Amino acid sequence: MTEHVLSYMVFFPLAGMLVVLILPSGRHDLIRWVSAAATVPPLILGVWLYANFDTTTTGMQFVERAAWIPAFNIEYFIGVDGLSVSMLLLTALLSFLCIFASWGIDKGVKGYFALFLLLDTGMTGVFVALDFVLFYVFWEVMLLPMYFLIGIWGGPRKEYAAIKFFLYTLLGSVLMLVAILALYFYSEPNTFDMTKLMDRSSLYSTTPLAMWPFNVWGWGFQHVVWMALFIGFAIKIPAFPFHTWLPDAHVEAPTAISVILAGILLKMGTYGILRINYPMLPAATADLAFWFLAALGAWNIVYGGLCAMAQTDMKKLVAYSSVSHMGYVMLGMAAFNTQGINGAVLQMFNHGTITAMLFLLVGVIYDRAHHRDINGFGGLAGIMPVYAGFTALAFFASMGLPGLSGFVSEVLVLLGAWPKYHALTIIAALGIVITAGYMLWMMQRVYLGPPNEKYRDLPEINGREIFTLFPLGVIVVVVGVYPRVVLDLLQASLNNINQMVISHLS
Amino acid sequence: MDLGNLASLKLFHPEIVLAGTIILLTILDLVVANKRLMAYVGLAGCLVALAATLELYGTEPTLLFHRMVALDNFALFFKVVTLVALVAAIWMSIGSGEVRQVHLGEYYIVLLTCGFGMFFMASGNNLLMAYLGLELVSLTSYILTGMLPHNRRSAEAALKYLIYGGVASGTMIYGMSWVFGMAGSLDYAAINAAMSQGDGNEAGLFIAFVFILAGFGYKMAFAPFHMWSPDVYQGAPTPFTGFLSVASNAAGLAILIRFFYPAVSTLGQEGIWTFQAFPALQWTDLLVAVSIVTMTWGNLSALNQNNVKRLLAYSGIAHAGYIMMGLVVLNNDGLTAMLFYVVVYLIMNLGAFLVVMVVANATGREDMEAYRGLAWRGAAFPAVCMAVFVFSLTGLPPLAGFIGKLLLFAAIIEGQFYVLAVAAIINTVISLYYYARIAKTMFLDDPGPDDGPVTATASAVPLLGALMVLTVVLGVYWGPLLDYTTGSLGFFMK
Repeated sequence: MTEHVLSYMVFFPLAGMLVVLILPSGRHDLIRWVSAAATVPPLILGVWLYANFDTTTTGMQFVERAAWIPAFNIEYFIGVDGLSVSMLLLTALLSFLCIFASWGIDKGVKGYFALFLLLDTGMTGVFVALDFVLFYVFWEVMLLPMYFLIGIWGGPRKEYAAIKFFLYTLLGSVLMLVAILALYFYSEPNTFDMTKLMDRSSLYSTTPLAMWPFNVWGWGFQHVVWMALFIGFAIKIPAFPFHTWLPDAHVEAPTAISVILAGILLKMGTYGILRINYPMLPAATADLAFWFLAALGAWNIVYGGLCAMAQTDMKKLVAYSSVSHMGYVMLGMAAFNTQGINGAVLQMFNHGTITAMLFLLVGVIYDRAHHRDINGFGGLAGIMPVYAGFTALAFFASMGLPGLSGFVSEVLVLLGAWPKYHALTIIAALGIVITAGYMLWMMQRVYLGPPNEKYRDLPEINGREIFTLFPLGVIVVVVGVYPRVVLDLLQASLNNINQMVISHLS
Repeated sequence: MDLGNLASLKLFHPEIVLAGTIILLTILDLVVANKRLMAYVGLAGCLVALAATLELYGTEPTLLFHRMVALDNFALFFKVVTLVALVAAIWMSIGSGEVRQVHLGEYYIVLLTCGFGMFFMASGNNLLMAYLGLELVSLTSYILTGMLPHNRRSAEAALKYLIYGGVASGTMIYGMSWVFGMAGSLDYAAINAAMSQGDGNEAGLFIAFVFILAGFGYKMAFAPFHMWSPDVYQGAPTPFTGFLSVASNAAGLAILIRFFYPAVSTLGQEGIWTFQAFPALQWTDLLVAVSIVTMTWGNLSALNQNNVKRLLAYSGIAHAGYIMMGLVVLNNDGLTAMLFYVVVYLIMNLGAFLVVMVVANATGREDMEAYRGLAWRGAAFPAVCMAVFVFSLTGLPPLAGFIGKLLLFAAIIEGQFYVLAVAAIINTVISLYYYARIAKTMFLDDPGPDDGPVTATASAVPLLGALMVLTVVLGVYWGPLLDYTTGSLGFFMK
């Protein structure tokens, strides 16, 4: 039983999808409960994994491998280290909660939940796959459900948003595919095994290629492959200038899908960089980290923050705040020290929980008022006090108030980045002020002030909605007070990843 | 082995069965009133021929009929592909509203004859035999394209097809005559021997080969010989379009591979072929250019098409460009990738045309508007299948089309053709736009007030289901098919 725990986590939702598909399409509640049931085992197994995970070793744990396509050395090879476990927990939790956040969907219920469960399998698979082809398959399996979930159940401009998301991501993933194949043929004997490719990291050539413009920039094979992978991941993060799909997709997607997008899909970009670029292409990482991770990260923080400030749509504001907050992850991991990289991954986890809360909260008000215009509300705190309380918690966590989780990760990132990049750290710290600016301003316009007469009768947040928010709120507080619950998980694995690059820093 | 006429007949039963079926159909057409019977007889004949072909698979490579026809796994592979496409096309024809309007007897006779010609395109070991096979396929295709009565598009398409085809085959046979002049023989082994001795003028051979490539490329719809394809796809009856799109493409590839690999190249160590006709001229550069132009032209033209058959025609041109990527690397990995792609393309493209037929049966239309909200108009199953097929054509995992593309990409990256790889990446992204447009129209758009319900033809559902399941299964577990295509690279060489 326990040796296949990861496979169960990946394929339970898929089994749930098959069950949903054979249910009669009129039985909406049955479909919803079956879907919820399909996301429970991964959550339980995730907790079990957390409890049984050995935090002292750096190697892959709970490994499973089986031959898949022997002619190309493709294997079914999965396993986890600390980095993956933290993301796996986030995925299991958010998938479970998002089923309940989707309860109100009543058009094409069967299709929605079937696609959602397929998406769940894809996301879980990405975080455990250790064979490149398997990784790529899971990575792409997410695209189709996402396209349809945004495109069918989304807002007014859903078609535009869905195809934009699809085209951007496909461009990134095809580039990634080419990079994967290049690594495959460069290795001898040819392999898609990610752990083996990491062990061979010193073999990938860094001698500048003869071709323009690589001869001018001094880029070798390793740099070009790094870049191809990086663009694929940067589109997911999303890093400037590849971020433009994100506000559209977030605004049009239904609430639960926005949560999944911001909470999990964005993390895949930074996860991929840490899992693949860092250990496999360390020399290129060391050379390119300043411009493409640190500087771009700092730019993301400020640019995303300023864009957020200009928004009048609550969802769009939260979307741009994601661009800003993911910048901390990039900056932190480019610091190549314990604080920086731990802060970065902790920020990935925290952003997953905090932004999930923010989107759920926006969804709550949208379900009631049917619009998200920041200037169209006022004084909601008096009308819906419990709701306003949750909102305040999420806003303060997002701003990085001490005692809440966002503070810990941002401070770690800034502490880590300071010794290496003084100027960028100062710029990044300004980002915190900008965040406080747009968050408090939104708070003031929506929740404070005289109550808007139009919305005097808005019903208070209901039990189902509290059920989706409460666990996230608890995590935000617990991680804020005692961050070691997550950090202990990460430390050994991340130090290992860090060490691989450090030796190449000049 | 090199067998004479009578001895060859023992190894010739797929062709004999198919030819017998054609003769039987000709007689039946005269005496039977219920023409539906023709379809079932044709289907049975193809299935028997398929069984006979599979039984021969793996026999020692042999030359039949005094070196005219090769019997090897490579030829048998393409015969299997042709027969499977024939079976599917006949099955589609049974349920097609369009085919009901034509003279069924003649339709099935000519369709089977077309398949019969493809057998010789795949197995001809002599330029004359290859040319005869190709012409048999062309002539029958013109007839089938123009078969719809009182349909101006169909007639126009047939005429265009005929004119383009005439020019292409004239060009090709002119090139072949140059080769004959320089090699002194039409036999592939003799041509090979002459090439390896350095007979013939390099520039002359280059011109001759370009001419021959034009003729083959016309069958596969390479740019710039693709102009006929959109009109023909649109004008021909849908089941035949489906057949043409996969089988004609495959047969064109077969004749091309047999000529450019065993006939004029030499197989060296580790499956690497050396092209020996004119070592000084950059043959691969030409192929790379043709491949890039073909896929880009096809994809860009597909973007704005409103007729789904026409759109699939341009997508077919783009796919011909993708398949050609396997050609430039000149090794067995590339060949395997191409054969693999032929099989997955067969499955997904036939599936797509089957859905086109289902919609055309119900609405009488082939334009994009007819697909509006298809999933919500009682045709959820065909719509889901169509989505699977178009996303497989895009090359998304876990669908079969992804594996086909993976193998092709792998071949060119191993050969370090990075420019071609980048072009293929960009093309994949472009192609997603129009494939997703079909999915968007079916799922995301709401049906209009005039859009009636669509019910799938009863006979179409099982075939549709089978093709969809195959598309998914081959995307997840493609090992056996890969072994089969690798095993099909056995050529008769000397």
